[in-house]
Amino acid sequence: MRQRAAAVLAVVALAATGCGGGDGGAAASTAEGSASGPTGTVTVFAAASLTDVFTELGQRLEEENVGLTVQFNFAGSSALATQLTQGAPADVFASANAAQMSVVTDAGLADGEPAVFTANVLQIAVPAGNPAGVTGLGDFGREELTLAVCAPEVPCGAASEDVFAAAGITPRPDTQEEDVRAALTKVELGEVDAALVYATDVVAAGDAVEGIAFPEAEDAVNDYPLCTLAAAPNPEGARAFVDLVGSEEGQQALEAAGFRAP
Amino acid sequence: MRRERTPAPLLVPAALAVAFLVLPLAGLLVRTPWSQLGTLLTAPGVGQALRLSVVSATLATLVSVVLGVPLAWVLARSRARGRAVLRALVTVPLVLPPVVGGVALFLVLGRQGILGSWLAETTGITIPFTTAAVVIAETFVAMPFLVISVEGALRGADARFEDAAATLGADRWTTFRRVTLPLVAPGVAAGAVLCWARALGEFGATITFAGNFPGTTQTMPLAVYLALQRDPQAAIVLSLVLLVVSVATLLLLRDRWLGRGAAA
Amino acid sequence: MTLGAHVVVRRGPLTVDVALDVADGEVLAVLGPNGAGKSTLLRVLAGLLPPDGGRVTVDGQPWDDVAARVRLPAHRRPLGMVFQDHLLFPHLSVLDNVAFGPRTRGASKAAARGAAAAWLERVGLADLGARRPGQLSGGQAQRAALARALVGDPALLLLDEPLSALDARTRLAVRAELRRHLAEFGGSTVLVTHDPVDATALADRVLVVEDGTVVQAGTPADVARHPRTDYVARLVGLSLLPGTGEGLAVRLAGGGVVAVAEPVAGPVLVAIRPESVALYPSRPGGSPRNAWPATLAGATPHGSTVRCELDGEVPLLADVTATAFAELGLAPGSLVWAVVKANEVTVYAR
Repeated sequence: MRQRAAAVLAVVALAATGCGGGDGGAAASTAEGSASGPTGTVTVFAAASLTDVFTELGQRLEEENVGLTVQFNFAGSSALATQLTQGAPADVFASANAAQMSVVTDAGLADGEPAVFTANVLQIAVPAGNPAGVTGLGDFGREELTLAVCAPEVPCGAASEDVFAAAGITPRPDTQEEDVRAALTKVELGEVDAALVYATDVVAAGDAVEGIAFPEAEDAVNDYPLCTLAAAPNPEGARAFVDLVGSEEGQQALEAAGFRAP
Repeated sequence: MRRERTPAPLLVPAALAVAFLVLPLAGLLVRTPWSQLGTLLTAPGVGQALRLSVVSATLATLVSVVLGVPLAWVLARSRARGRAVLRALVTVPLVLPPVVGGVALFLVLGRQGILGSWLAETTGITIPFTTAAVVIAETFVAMPFLVISVEGALRGADARFEDAAATLGADRWTTFRRVTLPLVAPGVAAGAVLCWARALGEFGATITFAGNFPGTTQTMPLAVYLALQRDPQAAIVLSLVLLVVSVATLLLLRDRWLGRGAAA
Repeated sequence: MTLGAHVVVRRGPLTVDVALDVADGEVLAVLGPNGAGKSTLLRVLAGLLPPDGGRVTVDGQPWDDVAARVRLPAHRRPLGMVFQDHLLFPHLSVLDNVAFGPRTRGASKAAARGAAAAWLERVGLADLGARRPGQLSGGQAQRAALARALVGDPALLLLDEPLSALDARTRLAVRAELRRHLAEFGGSTVLVTHDPVDATALADRVLVVEDGTVVQAGTPADVARHPRTDYVARLVGLSLLPGTGEGLAVRLAGGGVVAVAEPVAGPVLVAIRPESVALYPSRPGGSPRNAWPATLAGATPHGSTVRCELDGEVPLLADVTATAFAELGLAPGSLVWAVVKANEVTVYAR
């Protein structure tokens, strides 16, 4: 999060070599693979927030490569990391934070160094029409509003704590939600006046929810790292997917979903 | 009492069932970080969550008994036409994913809900994100267990005792209080225990309708779930605490209360 | 007369349509086979089952009047009821069971318990008031149930097979006691039973109900002497044969002729007691007027005699001594001759 320059560099490297980390052999095999195109099934473990974009990118990849099937396992990053350390077979892991990625790299499961491919910032989600007139992060200190934040145990909650601390605001939430989706449900139902969630979640929630960007969000940009796995059953397919994510096409799709370039 | 040998066709599946139920528990015990137990247990919030769990589960059970026993009576005894439909409706919370149940509670009791909006306008009271909401969510999910169990007891009880009471001058309410209820007391107790246990472990409807805030709405299952996000070891310890408390409570009640009922 | 009732009630295929009157202090036994509608009738009188028609009046008060839409709920009828299997509340002590009625009818706890204790004394259970019903013997439980039914001094006492769940010895003792209490009881009593001995021992009058309707009414002795249906005849141990009187003979509906002592005419019933039937291995000499060939269909020992069921033109029950039975070498299927003196045959108009 704090090393954005490095992250940008990494994503460039990623586009060239996957997360092979400059392994010449891997690059060669990528080139070779593109001649005939990858086939078989590629299994991607991805953070739940990537569901819509990755599903779309997966379909494009399947269209471009006849004989390739992209299969996803979307879940919370920590659940995915646990599954991987327990030996779940996968080709690619896309985490919503560095911490869960390091669980996987520490276990020696990653093929090379992970690279940051996109980022997410917090936004204030309010019900359509913003009935409580929320304007900025400062409103989270107002006792009379019904407010939701993410629980400190989950990534968006940790990020929220960071922005509150940086802004010097003592939040007065009524509930600490177990995940972003739960927080958004309450916004959609109009049961809370505002919730602090990620920009992508606001986009995904559609018309029932409005997003309010706020400057303090820059204090907690959440980077998404990605890697192929050392034990990948389909390394060629894995690289093809990683390349697509790093490509201009992939980055545009991510931006449309509310993500921003790392 | 004479003991007979259990026939093998029963013994083998029974043993499998025990293994199936107990092994995950053993897994928890094996993985428990015993050395850190003290630190994890005395961590702030654990006692609070535990107290909140026990209090709200007990309140939910009380509400369930007060409302559920009469409902069970209606299901078992009344000759009203829509009884089959009513029974099906009662079991809805059993099959509904609890999170959906929580959303449904919002739609009725939330501040935008059918009743909730009226309540907020007239009294200024909003229910979600309060301890009352925890009790309501737990009651919603756990009451069917009590209702079904008491209805079974009522169907099993000899209705002719109620006839006898009527010939002794007891109206239906007196009969219910002085004859029917004492007759089905073991069934009510068993149902209350089931209901309490279910309420104690309730997660989905609670976290949806009541949210999660330490001290007000964060019960043990919520604390366990969130601990699992950050520190699985702590989650194991918390689960163990919940387990010990519930098993201890049930055993205590059984000795004190159910045991006597069964002997009579 | 305190109880006057005409009850019409439909229970599935069976329609019960029974009228009855019971005076103060009188005991009416309703006798009938299982499924005849006796208990249904009793449940209507108790108010536990709404009738489909008719009315029930006690001491001039209408309890049920279907036409006038009058219906007194069960708990407001001043009655006592004893059930076949006592139905004492298992969670209450014997004393509290008996005190239950006075309590629900408004007596104070002390007064109710006092009355209950007095009644337990009367039925000989003074020492057992603290026990639970489960700790009583069958006879004790039924006595307690009687005390519970009588404690409020009801206008109507309903007894539903009160002795049939008891073993033979206990039944004898409880029957004698019941008889004593019924004699002291001032209200009307309706006793439902399928045992003619109960009816004879306890009732002033008997109503025989079959298939929901009254087939015979009268004093127990009357009914026993002149049964009108096969069911009653079998109950009292008589062979009952319908036929037509033709002077000193009755031509039976099923064929065969029975000689009688007095001339009769028109439709009649012929009743023959089993002990007046003699059996012979072949047609006896002296040409008795009533001698019929028959097949032995079955035989049941009864003390020192054997009751034989005979099939033939004139189906009969015959009691022979065990010795005679053995000497005749009888076995099911044996051919015998049944002989009855004409003056041992009872005939009465149908």
